[in-house]
Amino acid sequence: MDEEYETPIFKKVSSIEFNFLSPTMIKKMAAAKVVTPELYDKEGYPVDGGLMDIRLGVIDPGLKCKTCGSKLKECPGHFGYIELARPIIHIKFIHLIVTLLQSTCRECGRALMAQASITKHINHLEMIRKKKGLIESFDYTKKIISNLRSTNKCPHCKRRQQKIKLEKPSSILENEKRISPIEIRTRLEKIRDEDLALFGINPTSFRPEWSILTVLPIPPVTMRPSITLESGERSEDDLTHKLGDIVRINQRLFENINAGAPEIIIEDLWDLLQYHITTYFDNDIAQLPPARHRSGQPLKTLTERIKSKEGRIRHNLAGKRTNFSSRTVISPDPMIKINEVGIPKEIAMKLTIPERVTTWNIDYLKEFVKRGADKYPGCNYIIRPDGKKKKITDETKEAALEEIQPGYIVERQLMNGDIAIFNRQPSLHRMSMMCHRVRVLPHKTFRLNPAVCAPYNADFDGDEMNIHIPQTEEARAEAEILMQVQTQLISPRYGLAIISCNQDAISGNYILTKHMKFKREEAVSLLLSIGETDLSALPNKDIVTGKDVFSCILPKGFEFHGQSRLYKKDPKDPDAIVKIDNGKLVCGIMDSDNLGEGSGLLLRNLVKHYGADATVEILGKMYRLGAKILLKRGFSTPISDMDIPQKAKDEIEEVLQKAENTVNELIKQYKEGELEAFPGRTKLETLEFKILEVLNKARNETGVIVLNSQDLTSDTRIMVDSGARGNTLNLAQMSGCVGQQALRGQRINKGYFQRTLSCFKRNDLGPAAHGFIRNSFKKGLKPYEFFFMSMTGRDSLMDTALRTPKSGYLYRRLANALQDLKVEYDGTVREASGHIIQFEYGEDNIDVSKSEGGKLNVARILKG
Amino acid sequence: MMMTNPFDSYKGKIPVKILEEVKESLPKASLKKISDALQTVYKEYQEAKIAPGEAVGIIAAESIGEPGTQMTLNTFHFAGVSELNVTVGLPRIIEILDGRRDIKTPMMEIYLKKPWSQGKDIKKVALQIKETTLKEVISEILINIAEFSIELKLNKAYLKDVGVQQGTVVKILEKSFKGYSVKLKEDSIIMKSRSKQESLNELYKIKEKIKDTYFKGVKGVSQVLPVKRSNEFVIITAGTNLKEVFKLDFVDEARTVSNDIYEIAEVLGIEAARQAIINEVNKVIDAQGLNVDKRHIMLVADTMCSSGSIKGITRYGVVREKSSVLARASFETPIKHIIGASVTGEVDELNSVIENVMLNQPVPIGTGLPGLVTKVK
Repeated sequence: MDEEYETPIFKKVSSIEFNFLSPTMIKKMAAAKVVTPELYDKEGYPVDGGLMDIRLGVIDPGLKCKTCGSKLKECPGHFGYIELARPIIHIKFIHLIVTLLQSTCRECGRALMAQASITKHINHLEMIRKKKGLIESFDYTKKIISNLRSTNKCPHCKRRQQKIKLEKPSSILENEKRISPIEIRTRLEKIRDEDLALFGINPTSFRPEWSILTVLPIPPVTMRPSITLESGERSEDDLTHKLGDIVRINQRLFENINAGAPEIIIEDLWDLLQYHITTYFDNDIAQLPPARHRSGQPLKTLTERIKSKEGRIRHNLAGKRTNFSSRTVISPDPMIKINEVGIPKEIAMKLTIPERVTTWNIDYLKEFVKRGADKYPGCNYIIRPDGKKKKITDETKEAALEEIQPGYIVERQLMNGDIAIFNRQPSLHRMSMMCHRVRVLPHKTFRLNPAVCAPYNADFDGDEMNIHIPQTEEARAEAEILMQVQTQLISPRYGLAIISCNQDAISGNYILTKHMKFKREEAVSLLLSIGETDLSALPNKDIVTGKDVFSCILPKGFEFHGQSRLYKKDPKDPDAIVKIDNGKLVCGIMDSDNLGEGSGLLLRNLVKHYGADATVEILGKMYRLGAKILLKRGFSTPISDMDIPQKAKDEIEEVLQKAENTVNELIKQYKEGELEAFPGRTKLETLEFKILEVLNKARNETGVIVLNSQDLTSDTRIMVDSGARGNTLNLAQMSGCVGQQALRGQRINKGYFQRTLSCFKRNDLGPAAHGFIRNSFKKGLKPYEFFFMSMTGRDSLMDTALRTPKSGYLYRRLANALQDLKVEYDGTVREASGHIIQFEYGEDNIDVSKSEGGKLNVARILKG
Repeated sequence: MMMTNPFDSYKGKIPVKILEEVKESLPKASLKKISDALQTVYKEYQEAKIAPGEAVGIIAAESIGEPGTQMTLNTFHFAGVSELNVTVGLPRIIEILDGRRDIKTPMMEIYLKKPWSQGKDIKKVALQIKETTLKEVISEILINIAEFSIELKLNKAYLKDVGVQQGTVVKILEKSFKGYSVKLKEDSIIMKSRSKQESLNELYKIKEKIKDTYFKGVKGVSQVLPVKRSNEFVIITAGTNLKEVFKLDFVDEARTVSNDIYEIAEVLGIEAARQAIINEVNKVIDAQGLNVDKRHIMLVADTMCSSGSIKGITRYGVVREKSSVLARASFETPIKHIIGASVTGEVDELNSVIENVMLNQPVPIGTGLPGLVTKVK
């Protein structure tokens, strides 16, 4: 057992071939023939020849499988079979059967095509398959088949062919007369192996007559376990129910045939058997009523087990459950490192890491065992070399301590510095699962540095996240090298930093680098508090500026030139250009254009020159610096921040009044028919466009007034100016005017007959009646304004709710289509079968996550 | 010329675009300096190169799928000019990547050749492109019940605008309504059935038919709008028909574009269609203010076009082409694929990702790709 555990992973399965089970194969692989629908005898013991026969595997503890002699969980289960009284059509092959009947001669069974063209087509198919692949050849077979179908005289035996039609779900008509499965089977038997290639059929894996079932395999019991209810009653699996029906009807059919019952009764039973077998394969056939439980709930049969999201493939094969994981609420802690994750002690005591005992670490590991499971850091299990797992409790502790020797594995509790994979759903990109270092902390939430909120898209309004603890050295190594936070700093989506400062860290650094001054002692204590110990960069003066303080956390010799947000407004402002010379911030303000997510090359260049590890370190300090500054200075957004002087209020009033007058003028023109329509538009539509334009312009003007009259030093304004949170539109809406509410790009037109709300006159085209909100949030909204606002609010909620599944599906399709593409050693991008998609990745072979914003920054390189 | 041009020696080693950028930023440098600069650029380029085995497909899917959640669903939006509707946002992305044949809002941007692009006869040119029916030419239709005839009054001003004689209208009518006599009488046209039996119902039907009879312009173009773009006039249309538009002599074929990818593939070829996919996706992403590198979009476009025809990212398109049964089954309609595989006796070679995930085996991508070769004694 242990030896196997140790052997390296090698490819065990190299290919999978899909075939149809032939009747002989079914009989050969069967361990038992099922002859009775009964399940258990009076003692509750499985009946021989029943569906729960113990030759088919065991699901009860204590019983031994009659076929392989293994116990529960060891026996994989064995197939059985039943002999069907009359042949039954396999519903999943019905279309193929019809096609074959239509395309072959009813008498001689040859394909309805002259021998010469048969050979020609088969050769052509073979060529297509070799050159273009299997899928392309399917398209060609479709062509051949449609050709064959339209032939109505056999070129081989010259017989006329009858019209064959499928009557759903499972009857086949020839000239409106039903042909029995027996007849179908004999016809299919006549088709030659050579002709089958025309239909894309491989005769060694599928013979047409096999799709008319004469024997039915019975799946092992392990595949359909029964559950024992609390009352001691047994509840059988859906499949067992269905198989019970099949066996029962089959027996009845046998008896009736043997007793020589009238044909009509036999036909009915035969149809019933067909129904049961059909629903056994698929209980969701359009023309058939689904088979139901007694409660009325449809049975889940074979097809339902496999398909859809909850089916075997997507639920159990493509996605799997895991141990060694944990989930709880998250909360922020800027004081831990960016690549750390705070884990509650209680969780750390449950999650374990296996460590192999050697002569060198035996004493160290014994300490864990000595502490037991209840004292941190302890040990929860030990694993003997034979694979036996032992739980450590106060009673077993002593024995385990005695027993332990090299070769044992000790499952010790999680400790600081261990590796954990941290994840938040929806895991939309690879940064949604990153590897962090464990930091065991008190309290009950996972703690993360808010700088990594952006890649996880996390906030702290109750979000939960998961951790996974890799259990093998290989997994840990891969997690550390490929998934650690450091390695994910640059987003592969756009080649810029995705882990960066946000919110308080930006406003803090903004305030710091803009105008703060400190006494030297203050600066020193501030820097020490964020973990910066190298103070040599601090100038030897009594008063130091914020820029000096910020420079301290930059590496020596760092050169950077960039722009701050001010640049767009006024390129001549001394702080518009960010210049870092020899690791010193000479001029410029740190704001979201340099520190923020997905913008600016500051962080990108740090990574380039000093490596990811150093950058994470610096970024952590920046973040803490920003947060500490705000703690020191105080930061708040009072309602008085939205105050504007009376003069500005008057100006806004004037602007709005003017806009309203213009609108009224437009309406007047429209009503008098003087308004000229845009080409291809009605006059009313033209009016609407013009009104929207005027009102939006007015709102923007009020925004400008607000921005110009506001107190520039208010904290709210600092947030906006630094890019930490909020934008100028938010400011304008708070103190100026909320503006036009639009539904689908138009003014609000829904509501009552010829008006939006009952407080307006009919046919009022004015701004207020169609959703223009004149007031600001500070001033307060009129009831109708509030109502219009809620309308657009609801609309945007709907939008979000409808968008999520749509984009989710698009994403799933993209991921499925593209998941196999990889760069080969020769630099080409190919898909799994080796077809070339691109000769050079992205036409220049540049990895976006190694680029600077998707480019090789020639200017910077040339500068040296 | 003592030294060979340093740019030549790096050709093939550094992408042409980067070489040109270097050339531009060092216009007057000495050969030695250029050669040194190229050396450093080459070094940096090597560092930025993509590693073999990199799962570029899934990265591209993530890069497009993740911002998808941030896009708006608003179906309609006004493209620059406020008169035309355009599909934008997520619905448009879905439309492109699905490879849909009939898109919601087909559009063309028609660039014009010199005198016209400066605004010469712009209205007339625009009208020439627009598909007009007789409805526009006729100001009134009268049905004469007594004589079982239809009388059409022509809009003379309009005819003059487009420069068409009344006789042309008569010819069009004669052509499309055989079995009717068409006569010009002063300002109106009188149509009468040649057959004796004529019901009034029939007449009404004919009247509606006349209205929708094709008269002039490019078929499929329902609206035209001349717009001034920087310093020239561009005609934006609703509805596309590249093939016909290219036949017009005032159209600048080199710059005129359609947003219908299938049409581009048909008229200009698959490479143009690939570029169109990239441009169209880019347009949407830019309009939403999102940042996605062009390489990801390129990869998706290449996947869609690599077979020579456009394949959508659906179970009928790209996914159907996969060689692995299990990979196809894990996407959609698993039963269909498994049944099909059993009939053909397909063999899954387990070359791609998902099958190996299913079987708990290492995937042949990224770190799962390389193997160790060692001598066994």
